[in-house]
Amino acid sequence: MPRRIVTGIRGIGHRVIDSVWRLGRASRFFMLMLLKSTTSLRRFNLVIREIYFTGVLSLIIIVVSGLFVGMVLGLQGYETLQKYGSESAVGTLVALSLVRELGPVVAALLFASRAGSAITAEIGLMKATEQLAAMEMMAVDPIARVVAPRFWAGVISMPFLAAMFSTVGIFGGYLVTVVLIGVDEGSFWSQMQNAVDFRYDIVNGVIKTCVFGVAVTAIAVFEGYDAPPTAEGVSGATTRTVVTSSLVILGLDFILTAFMFRGMS
Amino acid sequence: MQRTTMDLWVGLFVAAGIGALLVLALKVGNMGTYSAAQSYTLMGNFENIGGLKPRAPVKSAGVVVGRVVDIQFNPETFDAVVTMNVDSRYQFPKDTFASILTSGLLGEQYIGLAAGGDEVMLKSGDKIMKTNSAMVLEELIGRFLFNKASEGDSGKK
Repeated sequence: MPRRIVTGIRGIGHRVIDSVWRLGRASRFFMLMLLKSTTSLRRFNLVIREIYFTGVLSLIIIVVSGLFVGMVLGLQGYETLQKYGSESAVGTLVALSLVRELGPVVAALLFASRAGSAITAEIGLMKATEQLAAMEMMAVDPIARVVAPRFWAGVISMPFLAAMFSTVGIFGGYLVTVVLIGVDEGSFWSQMQNAVDFRYDIVNGVIKTCVFGVAVTAIAVFEGYDAPPTAEGVSGATTRTVVTSSLVILGLDFILTAFMFRGMS
Repeated sequence: MQRTTMDLWVGLFVAAGIGALLVLALKVGNMGTYSAAQSYTLMGNFENIGGLKPRAPVKSAGVVVGRVVDIQFNPETFDAVVTMNVDSRYQFPKDTFASILTSGLLGEQYIGLAAGGDEVMLKSGDKIMKTNSAMVLEELIGRFLFNKASEGDSGKK
């Protein structure tokens, strides 16, 4: 019996030490990547190639989901607001919720599952097929050549994707409420413009997306680089990327919101 | 894929992203209403500002002519000091009347300026002397109930 307890406690300790160790390795990897990214930023065409794969190819899912999220927000907001006779405030509702929260968070979640998983799988497979080792043999640094361009491409694409998500979402809300239902167009836009502040709402939203972009792509490249070089290992790493970055996005979003909008008059 | 086509797509992507940010800033946000035009500051003391907030509009005849910048409490006179920026295209006479109004029944509050007849105009940093406090719903209801009660009393007699 005591032996079983000891094994149990040892298991807990093992897990804690393991995760702390992994976190330390991740931060060292992150620092190393930042140090080596000067060379990859100088060869900017590598980053452009990766922006194509992470940013441009994610456009369709981002735009389509933004449109639908905005349309649903418009419908539901109208449904509730017309009970109080203030259906012209639906523009404010759609714009504020998209610009402050839904735009950055949902775009980052989609980005994590669309582009983050692809980055992890690609780097993991490169490692499993020993392409990274071959690069090192040829005195090409895999972190500078493979990892850093993907990281910077993700960091650059994320704010643009989230801005497009919000814009298309507001357009979707406009389509449903103004064009379909017939809310007054003038009050839709003017109430929105009165309520949405450039500094407090839009800039804070953009700051959020930049933070999410760094978090998602850093997790994705680390998981890929750290994946066990087997088929199972790569698949596990891909899953971990999506799960971890989704949780990190939601957690970071709470912290950022608490700092940005707390006590805002 | 060809290098040039990829560059083209990425260029389009970045342009669309910047365009989306611009739309957010100008069409959705209030960047469009922040005029680069010069403005001057006016102050006003109000007994009660109700729910007035910084960045609330300052309107005259329904047209937005400026914004509230700052609201402070004056511990000597026990009233609120409201600082507002008014577009310098619009000049107001010295005896302008400033009152805190509400758009709609439950809408946001703003400052309404009603121009007077004085020939001297307000300068930057001047204080608007004639002010009217915000209407507080509870006070109104209280006054209404009080009047009703006193009416009932006089009816009995």
